[in-house]
Amino acid sequence: MGDITYKAGREPHPREKRLIFRNVDREGWDTSIDCAMKDGGYEQAKKALTLEPKAITDEVKTSGLRGRGGAGFPTGVKWGFIPPTNTKPVYLICNADESEPGTFKDRYILHQDPHQLIEGMIISCYAVGAKLAYIYVREEFPEAAKILEKAIGEAHEKGFLGKDIQGSGFDLEIYVHRGAGAYICGEETGLIESLEGKRPYPRIKPPYFPAALGLYMSPTIVNNVETLCHVKHIMEMGGEEYAKLGTPRNTGTRILCVSGDVQQPGYYEVEVGKLTFGELVNDVCGGLKSGRKLKAVIPGGSSAKVLRADERFKIKKGDDEVEIGVEDIPMDFDTLMACGSMAGSGGVIVMDDSRSMTWVLNNINNFYAHESCGQCTPCREGSLWMKKITDRVVSGGGTPSDIDTLAGVAKNIDGRTICAFGEACSWPTSSFVAKFRDELVASTTEENAGKATTPEAAAQRRYLKAEPVA
Amino acid sequence: MVNVQIDGTWMQFPKGTRMIEACRQAGVEVPHYCYHPKLTSPGNCRMCLVQMGMPPRLAPGQEPEKDEDGRTKIQWMPRPAIACANTVADGMGIRTGGELVDECRRGVMEFLLINHPLDCPICDQAGECRLQEFSVEHGNGVSRFVDNKVKKPKNVDIGPRIRLDDERCIMCSRCIRFCQEIPEDDVLGFTDRGSHTVLTTHPGKKLANDYSLNTVDICPVGALTSNDFRFQMRVWFLKETPSICTGCGRGCNTILGSREDEMYRITPRENDAVNSSWMCDHGRQEFQLLSNERRLTDPLVLGDQGHRLSSWSEAHQTAAAGLKLLGPEEIAIVASARMTNEELYMVRRLAAHLKTEWVDVVPRSQEGDDLLIAEDANPNSLGAKLVLGLENPGAKLADIKAGVEKGTIKAVLAFDENLIGAGFEEASLKKLAFLLNTHLLANPTADVAQVVYPSAGFAEKRGSMINVTGRLQRLNQAVQPPGQVMENWEVLRDLIQALTGSNGLYMIEDVFKLMAGEIAAFKGLSLTKIGDLGVALLETEEKVPLLEKERERVAKGLIVG
Ligand SMILES: Cc1cc2nc3c(=O)[nH]c(=O)nc-3n(C[C@H](O)[C@H](O)[C@H](O)COP(=O)(O)O)c2cc1C
Ligand code: SF4
Ligand code: SF4
Ligand code: SF4
Ligand code: FES
Repeated sequence: MGDITYKAGREPHPREKRLIFRNVDREGWDTSIDCAMKDGGYEQAKKALTLEPKAITDEVKTSGLRGRGGAGFPTGVKWGFIPPTNTKPVYLICNADESEPGTFKDRYILHQDPHQLIEGMIISCYAVGAKLAYIYVREEFPEAAKILEKAIGEAHEKGFLGKDIQGSGFDLEIYVHRGAGAYICGEETGLIESLEGKRPYPRIKPPYFPAALGLYMSPTIVNNVETLCHVKHIMEMGGEEYAKLGTPRNTGTRILCVSGDVQQPGYYEVEVGKLTFGELVNDVCGGLKSGRKLKAVIPGGSSAKVLRADERFKIKKGDDEVEIGVEDIPMDFDTLMACGSMAGSGGVIVMDDSRSMTWVLNNINNFYAHESCGQCTPCREGSLWMKKITDRVVSGGGTPSDIDTLAGVAKNIDGRTICAFGEACSWPTSSFVAKFRDELVASTTEENAGKATTPEAAAQRRYLKAEPVA
Repeated sequence: MVNVQIDGTWMQFPKGTRMIEACRQAGVEVPHYCYHPKLTSPGNCRMCLVQMGMPPRLAPGQEPEKDEDGRTKIQWMPRPAIACANTVADGMGIRTGGELVDECRRGVMEFLLINHPLDCPICDQAGECRLQEFSVEHGNGVSRFVDNKVKKPKNVDIGPRIRLDDERCIMCSRCIRFCQEIPEDDVLGFTDRGSHTVLTTHPGKKLANDYSLNTVDICPVGALTSNDFRFQMRVWFLKETPSICTGCGRGCNTILGSREDEMYRITPRENDAVNSSWMCDHGRQEFQLLSNERRLTDPLVLGDQGHRLSSWSEAHQTAAAGLKLLGPEEIAIVASARMTNEELYMVRRLAAHLKTEWVDVVPRSQEGDDLLIAEDANPNSLGAKLVLGLENPGAKLADIKAGVEKGTIKAVLAFDENLIGAGFEEASLKKLAFLLNTHLLANPTADVAQVVYPSAGFAEKRGSMINVTGRLQRLNQAVQPPGQVMENWEVLRDLIQALTGSNGLYMIEDVFKLMAGEIAAFKGLSLTKIGDLGVALLETEEKVPLLEKERERVAKGLIVG
């Protein structure tokens, strides 16, 4: 990184390790292919095209790369799921729908370094045998779509896309597809439906696992923007070398998007697991706002379960079990999972003691009630119900029993839906109730029990009790 | 075959069997809304959640744990699975009850009801509503919901025959899938999202295809109602009579819904050799004719002052008198391929008594479609061919007409046909020495006939017909005919009796027996043996386009079938 200078005030923190964001905020950097090629752009693609596709997949497996889109699934393993007997075309889709609240990383790649993504996609497509790839760009990123279109055009001109790329015999076209303006378009099977021109209703799995029955019922690999960019660096470093970054099983770097009550919110690319949450907040983000205490953190995007500042966790360290606090949690996939939450999409939402948890939960519930696609019963009805309850609680109309109902509703969604949105929308409620129950109950009053706030509610309540109605 | 344990009992099923069907075969009905065996499975309602288990994955060298029967112990999964779209696998266990499953069902029921209007007292679906049924079986007694319900469009005119109540819709998408997959008329869809999702028609389009009313049948709730049936009758008062549709040569199997001798609706009845689970919209409206204001209810005899009501015996005497003076060459019979085999057989006997060779039926064709609607608009053309011995139905009509015009034919008996509609001239009919017309409705031929017999409609009688594929099927009586109307085979019997003075037929079963004795194809059969699903009687080249398409979809694994 020595010869790279960054724009004033936008320099990476010394604890960062910039791989993917190497060129983000870089002085003198633009999105043209010339700029990218002067910096070694497309060299890895050229190299990859001389290798056996399987060798690339093997490198990716060796690298230990796990998906950055949310689930943290090993990328090389996913690529291996394409049925060996397949005779249909294979598609690759770059998921650029980035819409999980708290997550803002892919957009910088799209806006500032499109050629890194295209190069990563060329290598990945070659590895999985895809001759057609799509970048599904979030509807609210119109500039990104334009930048990508231009970059794809340039790559065509330079012979990195199209027929017989660099004389390798490999053909590839990449198309940009503008998203349909809904969070659920980021769920991979919803995305595929949307790409096919339909409502983004997620498909049931089984049988519709994308690697076997994806776009147009053909094998399809869906990867996140950041994941595909990592492939380029694995190509460059070799899988083994890449795997030395980060920690075992949690390799490489990842971009953490820190928002909320810290001095310097923003994006920070760090080696996975090399930084604890405390170090992230106190060293990298300049600490909490002055005079404030940490109250809670949502470590992996709004759907990750909240962690309370004073919680203690038992995790495995080598063969031993150790007890740690929130600030000691290394920000990696496995530890966050062991602590009952997840690394998710890398969106770290920090809350200090000025925050009302009731309000925060209501805010999150609002989002999920608005974004549920409405296809399956528990999520469709449950997400709006939870919002209605917390709406009432924040506006002073709640009763203590509402908090039990909230937990019950969340429980009835979790694990019973078509797609993982069910968990995404119920985990905030179940974790907030589990961890901030007293605060939530304190926002309610017993006197509200049985009281109706609207004529319709009055009518509803008549049927609540088995007693005869006057 | 794979071994599957369902609620503790091991059974065998073919590979690929859906869990819900395996359970059904094991005698357990898994509650469901969105699943329909003839449609694709989106798995959206989540009512069919069951607990699933598989043999545990073993580490190398590890011995599986066995239960008392020596079978590998099942490792139950903590997450429920949908039974509608998942298939069975060897060693699988399914629990259709228990704590997890019961809780899932209670949860889904609660979710479905919180925004439901619960206007059961004025809802046409009440009594045959899955939401009601599963509420009773799997729901909670009380509601935890105290907030305002989502408001949606009500009483929406989505097509000429159907109304939509979006608040009642549980978004199972059955109607949408039906339109996409069967008539391939993709007019229905959801807009908006989440709990605010509404079912609607494509802008500028209506749900108006020939099969639209099937959506009303498969809608598990009262969201889609038929304009015809809306607010007409509580369903629990309806008597259900299995029968067949006589609207065209397909002979779709039906259920006639009636109460106290009044017909209220016709719905399709599943028969996978005829109509699958569907029928066309025209067929459902057939019963409207039965209460048409032009319905004939009594025998009529033409006098000086026009037609007057008569008794059956007077009408038969008049007819007998009109025919007795004529020779066989002078009498023609125009029967109908809308008549049952039994009625046609009585026509055959009548013709034999009269010794006339002039016997034919009126062919009727229409534009068919590539689903169910047949080109043959007559429901029993093959029956007419077989029973009346016609090689080519309609071939003799021109000669009969010419004979009438020339005056060589002096009497015509027109059974269930309007001759004027079939190309006969009113003037030449007026010249006839004798004209008899039986018909359901007043019609121009009856206007000039010496004797008019009222006919019983398809829902008012029993009998059998042969559809275009050669399948022998049974009509059943749902309602009593009005006025003096009798079943047509009895009328024909009485006419023959008036002509010959002899006849000993008292039951339609006897007619069938006689017919089976005379016509080889019916040998060994009886009305009882035909059963509710009919029997393949004649070999034909005819295929049912809709069934062919369904078979393809079954082969592709898209539907269960
Ligand atoms: C409700 C929902 C929304 C999602 N949104 C996104 C998204 O915006 N971007 C993304 O990359 N993955 C998203 N995912 C995850 C994708 O389904 C998929 O797992 C991911 O794109 C795979 O890429 P990866 O293996 O590279 O992580 C979402 C998942 C769910 C359940
Ligand atoms: S879980 Fe929610 S978002 Fe996912 S399919 Fe069901 S309703 Fe849609
Ligand atoms: S659809 Fe069913 S539950 Fe709803 S109002 Fe009608 S009968 Fe009642
Ligand atoms: S109208 Fe009926 S069939 Fe159609 S989606 Fe709604 S509930 Fe299902
Ligand atoms: S029947 Fe609806 S999900 Fe299975």
